[in-house]
Amino acid sequence: MSTQQPLIIIGNGMVGHHLVEQLIERGAHRRYAITVFGEERHLAYDRVHLSEYFAGRDAESLALSTADYYAEHGIELRLDEAVIAINRDTGEVVTPRGRYPYHRLVLATGSTPFVPPIPGNDREGCLVYRTLDDLDAIRATAENAATGVVVGGGLLGLEAANALRGLDLDTAVVEFAPRLMPMQVDAEGGELLREKIEALGVQVLTERATQRIEDGEAGRHRMVFQDDKVLEADLIVFSAGIRPRDALARGSALEIGERGGVVIDDRCLTSDPAILAVGEVALWNNSIFGLVAPGYQMARAAADTLMADALDRAPETFGGADMSTKLKLLGVDVGAIGDAHGTQHPGARMFRYLDQIKQEYRKLVVSGDGKRLLGAMLVGDNGYYDTLMQYYAGGIELPQDPAALILPSSDGAPALGPDALPDSAMICSCHNVTKGDVCASIDAGACDLATVKDSTRASTGCGGCAALLKSVVDHELESRGVEVDRSLCEHFAHTRQELYDIVRVEGIKTFGELMEKHGNPETHRLGCDICKPAVASILASCFNEPITDAAHIPLQDTNDTFMANMQKNGTYSVVPRIAGGEITPDKLVVLGQVAQKYELYTKVTGGQRIDLFGARLEDLPAIWGELIEAGFETGHAYGKSLRTVKSCVGSTWCRYGVDDSVGMAIRLEHRYKGLRSPHKIKLAVSGCTRECAEAQSKDIGVIATEHGWNLYVCGNGGMRPRHAELFATDLDDEALIRTIDRVLMFYVRTADRLQRTSVWRENLEGGLDYLKAVILEDSLGIGEELERQMQAVVDTYACEWANAIQDPEKLKRFRSFVNDSRPDPDIIMTSERGQLRPA
Amino acid sequence: MTTATALKHETEMTWQALCRRADLVPFSGVAAWIETAEGPAQVALFYLPCDPATTGGPNTPQPGHEQTLYALDNHDPFSGANVIARGIVGDLQGDPVVASPLYKQHFRLTDGQCLEDDAVKLRTWAVRLDGERVLIQA
Ligand SMILES: Cc1cc2nc3c(=O)[nH]c(=O)nc-3n(C[C@H](O)[C@H](O)[C@H](O)COP(=O)(O)OP(=O)(O)OC[C@H]3O[C@@H](n4cnc5c(N)ncnc54)[C@H](O)[C@@H]3O)c2cc1C
Ligand code: SF4
Ligand code: SF4
Ligand code: FES
Repeated sequence: MSTQQPLIIIGNGMVGHHLVEQLIERGAHRRYAITVFGEERHLAYDRVHLSEYFAGRDAESLALSTADYYAEHGIELRLDEAVIAINRDTGEVVTPRGRYPYHRLVLATGSTPFVPPIPGNDREGCLVYRTLDDLDAIRATAENAATGVVVGGGLLGLEAANALRGLDLDTAVVEFAPRLMPMQVDAEGGELLREKIEALGVQVLTERATQRIEDGEAGRHRMVFQDDKVLEADLIVFSAGIRPRDALARGSALEIGERGGVVIDDRCLTSDPAILAVGEVALWNNSIFGLVAPGYQMARAAADTLMADALDRAPETFGGADMSTKLKLLGVDVGAIGDAHGTQHPGARMFRYLDQIKQEYRKLVVSGDGKRLLGAMLVGDNGYYDTLMQYYAGGIELPQDPAALILPSSDGAPALGPDALPDSAMICSCHNVTKGDVCASIDAGACDLATVKDSTRASTGCGGCAALLKSVVDHELESRGVEVDRSLCEHFAHTRQELYDIVRVEGIKTFGELMEKHGNPETHRLGCDICKPAVASILASCFNEPITDAAHIPLQDTNDTFMANMQKNGTYSVVPRIAGGEITPDKLVVLGQVAQKYELYTKVTGGQRIDLFGARLEDLPAIWGELIEAGFETGHAYGKSLRTVKSCVGSTWCRYGVDDSVGMAIRLEHRYKGLRSPHKIKLAVSGCTRECAEAQSKDIGVIATEHGWNLYVCGNGGMRPRHAELFATDLDDEALIRTIDRVLMFYVRTADRLQRTSVWRENLEGGLDYLKAVILEDSLGIGEELERQMQAVVDTYACEWANAIQDPEKLKRFRSFVNDSRPDPDIIMTSERGQLRPA
Repeated sequence: MTTATALKHETEMTWQALCRRADLVPFSGVAAWIETAEGPAQVALFYLPCDPATTGGPNTPQPGHEQTLYALDNHDPFSGANVIARGIVGDLQGDPVVASPLYKQHFRLTDGQCLEDDAVKLRTWAVRLDGERVLIQA
């Protein structure tokens, strides 16, 4: 449309993208011809969760949107094209590829990490931590590095330090100030933080000013400090604060703050009313806001400014933002609310609590009359954050004795429930969602957390509000009498987890008994293909009776019934166990002979074993008779149970191997074989970090280290790949097995039906930290019980096929027809590449 | 007229002995081979005893499935394989059903109707127990 005026947005970062969304919401794409320039190759992505890139997330999953979204709304997205100048006289921006006229212009160029002007700061291997490309560079450099240093001990510096540690570098943090995170914590908090971080093996050097960086001896670089002390490292990451990227604005003589930043007013207008600025490049009231939530607020205000005359309400303005933050850095909780140092309010009073044993520190800053919370500081436990934040943000009057709010587990502490919040309470500051908005969305029909998130977008920004949002949603749903239906199926008004507990606690051993006591009497109580296999699995996990016993056989899926995998023409595939992928030549010969005799198509599986296809129902017992005779046992390829433990050859053969991966794989496979679980489970063991067994794509991955075994959990290949997460390091054999016992049993106990460990883990409230607390610190006090349950399964293991072929009653089902001995005449095979396959 | 046709049809069918009760698997299925006027057929037989002594199933008979034996096509129209007898038996929305073991569609045991696809219906046969003998009308 020729009447559309050109609107140019420079920068496709988090705030620039949010601005686009806000503009679309207001229909601005119909009024303006919008062009977005992005210097990075990538579409706007979630910088807040950038570090997850190292934990396995890729650029695509971090992306905030898609190119299609831009195209659909007629917005031109020019990535990998940086604006190099603004010409305000002609109303154009200039890029290396051309000149583009604008009617309105928005600067959303963000900031860059500050690299102190130290001689040598541009040496190869001196990097920053801001973009995906930065992370690629760090990863590449780390490949050939043993040590890493982060310059800067603030929020981002510690995040970078954690990343270096994750890349297996010996890591140190160098901070100019006398303590870590000087913005967020005071001397005492900083000291505690240092202790905690040093305990993780990260060296902390404070009050160090780097004078120069030169060639090192032990490492590639040597940093020389003011007192001539030195520190050597192979890789250096600068993270000494941020600097607004205001060069374009300077070049076009817009008003700039004394210490940088494009000056904006409440409407996000710069000194040139045709030009706006938002995000970390913008300076409001002499402050830069280095968090995403204030940036999003600016984006909303800017969108309103650009569409002011089309709004049917007063335009939103930007009036500053709260910089309260709650973080977990290197596994250490740090929280800062409002005036955490108590320096902005003369007459303010403080409460402080320090526990040097548990390493927790908390501080309250309250008004002179003791009625209002002005600020707070937390180190070691952020559990106090939400309640304090509500007092602070809601201006709620403090209780008689405010100290109770930071004392540990003082029963008197009035934890503010979600009902105490006023409707105006801000739940999600990223997306400006109040408690009232949440209630409105529930009243409009949202009946679970996911729908509320979808419709309000709450908790889809920095994620800091997730716990608060959930508690508000739960509370509101409950108060409206909504009961979320989590029934397994029409026969049981229980979740799998509840049924598991019922079976255990009441010692119920058959489906019939469970149905009689807990089934829905409105049905015929026959069960169905949802609840029967689920209950069969629970019974097997708990009591491990043979699945082909008369009481259990009607519950089984056909694969379990016939202990083989049904293929598309009704024949079965047979997979004997080959623990760890190790097989003697003699046994290999037997597999070949059996396959020849019964004309089975033979293929090697991804789990390092051999799959024999095309077995007829009536041949299964004979096939297994021969296999058992030769020393094979069932491979449970048909069951929701442990499948394989894949391994590399490890230290026995491989010149890099540091431990016997095959031996450990065989030990694990024999321990967990036969374990029935909510879904199949795959393990792998690698003999060194080269990871030839691909253990990090498994439910349980084990990798040998110089000092033992590293354990990874909840990975997945398949349809939705997920990298396993590092769970524990340098375990000895016994500790490894104990830990796996606990993780697997906890999964068996608490997962939903047909939920792989990856999805289970993603839905686990409290995430990996919670899982670690339960398993490694035994926070629920169930550790030994889980181990006992696993031991019971191990002790009751028996090969299901060996059990079945001794029992004529069980074998009578292995006939195509009960009244006729002929095989199914409709199964027709043809040959291809020298083997049979279904015609 | 309609009654007459129906009657005539019925008289043409005869009860044949198919197998023994011991060949059946309670609360599950087996397959049998029959010769009919239209040629041979594979039949899936499902046995839902209401006998409290039977293990493995719910013991209280519910109104609606006093019948204990059902016979359906063993041929699964969705996969083309003869596998219906190997599906899981259950009840859905008030009807006893079997789920195909390959692609999991449900078929009503009483009339063979597929619950997921109105256009698909399995053949059914009348079956009954006569002492220890299983009889089918075909
Ligand atoms: C590791 C890390 C962790 C963080 N954690 C948190 C957190 O937990 N909570 C929180 O609130 N905030 C966090 N932040 C800060 C948050 O990411 C920023 O506040 C937010 O990204 C700012 O958005 P922005 O759009 O202003 O800048 P950016 O996201 O940096 O986007 C600016 C974009 O503009 C592009 N650009 C610059 N100049 C030009 C040009 N001339 N032409 C074209 N394009 C240009 C840049 O390449 C960039 O892509 C974190 C930041 C990092 C790096
Ligand atoms: S993971 Fe290590 S030990 Fe195993 S095969 Fe690969 S290089 Fe060798
Ligand atoms: S990838 Fe698809 S076709 Fe291949 S085995 Fe798995 S399910 Fe079958
Ligand atoms: S506060 Fe950032 S997502 Fe809600």
